Amino acid sequence: MSLFEARNVSKQFGSFKALDNVSISVPEQCIYGLLGPNGAGKTTLIRIINQITGPDTGELFLNGKKLMPEDVLSIGYLPEERGLYRKMKVGEQALYFAQLKGLSKAEAMRRLKYWFKKLDIVDWWGKKVEELSKGMQQKVQFIITILHEPRLIIFDEPFTGFDPLNANTIKNEILFLRERGATIIFSTHNMGSVEELCDNITLINKAQTILEGSVDEIRRNWAANEYDLVFNGDVKIEGNGQYQILKQESDNGISTIRLKTTVTIGTNEILNNLMKSGTIVSFNPALPSMNEIFIRVVESKN
Amino acid sequence: MNKVSVIIKREYVTRVRKKSFIIMTLLAPVFMASMVVLPTLLMLNKDKQFKKIAVVGDGAVVFKNAITNTKDAEYVYLDNVDMNDLKKNFQQAGYYGILYISPEVSTTPNAIQLFSKNQPPIDLLEHIESSLEKEIERQKLLGYNIKDLDDILKSIRTKVSVQTIKIDNSGKATETSTGIAMAVAYVGGFLMYMLVFMFGAQVMRGVIEEKTSRVVEVIVSSVKPVQLMMGKILGIALVGLTQFLIWIFLTAAIVGVVKTTVLKKSSVGEVTQMIPQSVMADNQLQQATGTTSANKPAEVNPQLAEVSKMFDNAMNQDWLLIITSFIFYFITGYLLYASIFAAIGSAVDNETETQQFMLPVTIPIILGLFVAMGTMQNPESSISFWFSMIPLTSPIVMMARIPFGVPYWQIAVSMVIMIITFLAFVWMAAKVYRTGILMYGKKSSWKEIWKWLRYSG
Repeated sequence: MSLFEARNVSKQFGSFKALDNVSISVPEQCIYGLLGPNGAGKTTLIRIINQITGPDTGELFLNGKKLMPEDVLSIGYLPEERGLYRKMKVGEQALYFAQLKGLSKAEAMRRLKYWFKKLDIVDWWGKKVEELSKGMQQKVQFIITILHEPRLIIFDEPFTGFDPLNANTIKNEILFLRERGATIIFSTHNMGSVEELCDNITLINKAQTILEGSVDEIRRNWAANEYDLVFNGDVKIEGNGQYQILKQESDNGISTIRLKTTVTIGTNEILNNLMKSGTIVSFNPALPSMNEIFIRVVESKN
Repeated sequence: MNKVSVIIKREYVTRVRKKSFIIMTLLAPVFMASMVVLPTLLMLNKDKQFKKIAVVGDGAVVFKNAITNTKDAEYVYLDNVDMNDLKKNFQQAGYYGILYISPEVSTTPNAIQLFSKNQPPIDLLEHIESSLEKEIERQKLLGYNIKDLDDILKSIRTKVSVQTIKIDNSGKATETSTGIAMAVAYVGGFLMYMLVFMFGAQVMRGVIEEKTSRVVEVIVSSVKPVQLMMGKILGIALVGLTQFLIWIFLTAAIVGVVKTTVLKKSSVGEVTQMIPQSVMADNQLQQATGTTSANKPAEVNPQLAEVSKMFDNAMNQDWLLIITSFIFYFITGYLLYASIFAAIGSAVDNETETQQFMLPVTIPIILGLFVAMGTMQNPESSISFWFSMIPLTSPIVMMARIPFGVPYWQIAVSMVIMIITFLAFVWMAAKVYRTGILMYGKKSSWKEIWKWLRYSG
């Protein structure tokens, strides 16, 4: 059952088509990657989900029901361009945004205390935002996004501005939120984090969906019959009618080789041939990174 | 609606807590009150130094005792003095100055000179001039050998001051003063201009701040853009009203305190009651108008009386009408301009870009101010009438007209036009705002804004 669904959404600004018949379906408790080059229409889609703008045509569903204005209370949004009032104090500001999301002051206060403690920024409560480092501001903004315990959370580039340590903290919080039942739409250009976090993705290019599905499936589909081999010792292999060698190197008594099969052939058969050359330590299908897939898909469409 | 009130509260509280707001709110009434009080104090606190003036010259003999001593100055007639010696020594001799009168005084106007170390005060000169003029007049008249001349002169000496009294339809009369009306018109018109512009610009800056800091994106994921815009506009309106009401209250308090303490203290009691009497007494004109039957002795300081009269005439203005219309025109005029300013703020990426849009907005305001100034000279002119109907200028111009008296139907029509216009402007501004706040890096133009106006959803 999908928690959020957009069906055939189109949006046009003047003569510019921002979204052309785009559909996405986000399963419950899934981390859903929304990918695409700059200007592809991701931000427009996110704004439509947040009901900041309305679609020209198409329908939106949250939890099986048509998306309504009051549903903004069940959605949390961390925009790519972070924004806080610079002259306002951190605590007051967090309270303000929480109240805009419908929390009572007391309830907001209680939850803020918990989160400020959890992310270790209690001391910053009374400071003005402009006195905070970028990472600190990001943490505040993260808390603001999730404080009202939304069922659907949209993170647009949540890791920018964080050092690796804090990025890891935030990653764990995102996973924790998912565990507690939240569904997450995750927009980023960092393909490493897509592989790490996302279950499903949709890739949008020039206002249209060009790729969608689960990350594992997509990577397997794009695997293109490539395999990674590791041998003990210095091993050299020649290509033959069954496969060609893309890459091989030896280092410290270990040889790594990437090969690509040129005919349809079972992996056992290849292994049979290869075992003669030396001791195989590992044999894996070489999954392309999301980065490669991204570049290849987008370039092929351009 | 609840969310709008959260926004209003934030806009209000963050602004009211600012140091600049507190300082402005407390200092402005001091300035305003001092505008009223200072001239009063100046009138009362004249150069109190007692002056002794030597009257010399061949012509002086004729004018012996013609210049009466006043409480500030004594005139001493000296015979046979050497002018040059006196010029060198008059200060040591205790004189403030030397009044030299040459014999040709009755034929040459420049025959009289006053030598002094410092620039003499104007009323000293006036006293001397009028005394001498009268004396010359008297002597010339004497030359005609008229019988009982002194008595005749006494009986014909007249002083005139026009009292202006407004009569309303029911025939109720109130004493007024054109000067006061002008002052009220000026202050009302100018204050309106200042407040509308100041707080309108604050709305614009607030919108730009939210747009450039990208806070707006977070907020509009929680509330509708129009809610954010209205929250901001209303929050700042409340700031403006708070400031205005504190100003009125403090100014009234300061003026009140000054009036009761300073005026009462200054040797003459019963300041307020003695105005008409003092005028009469000074006039030596025994004709009483309805309001002034009593005729007390004339030992009051006429200047003080004038000041008190000013205060009383000021009180006779229809303050209730002035203040309520001021609040009405402030709110609607502000809403009108603030929504324009909000739309402009949403269309640009930073404050420098606002200039191309500011000019067309500033022109009607400035025009309104000019017409308001003209209104003070000629409150009934048709230009004033029309500009007090046109909604972009009516707040300023109407405030300048009201102290002179405006038919109620005109105020009503102007207000209705105002309400309709501001609703239309708020509606249009909301459409522009909704698109503008999320539009970055796009060079905005009037054409672009026109396009936004027609976007749907």
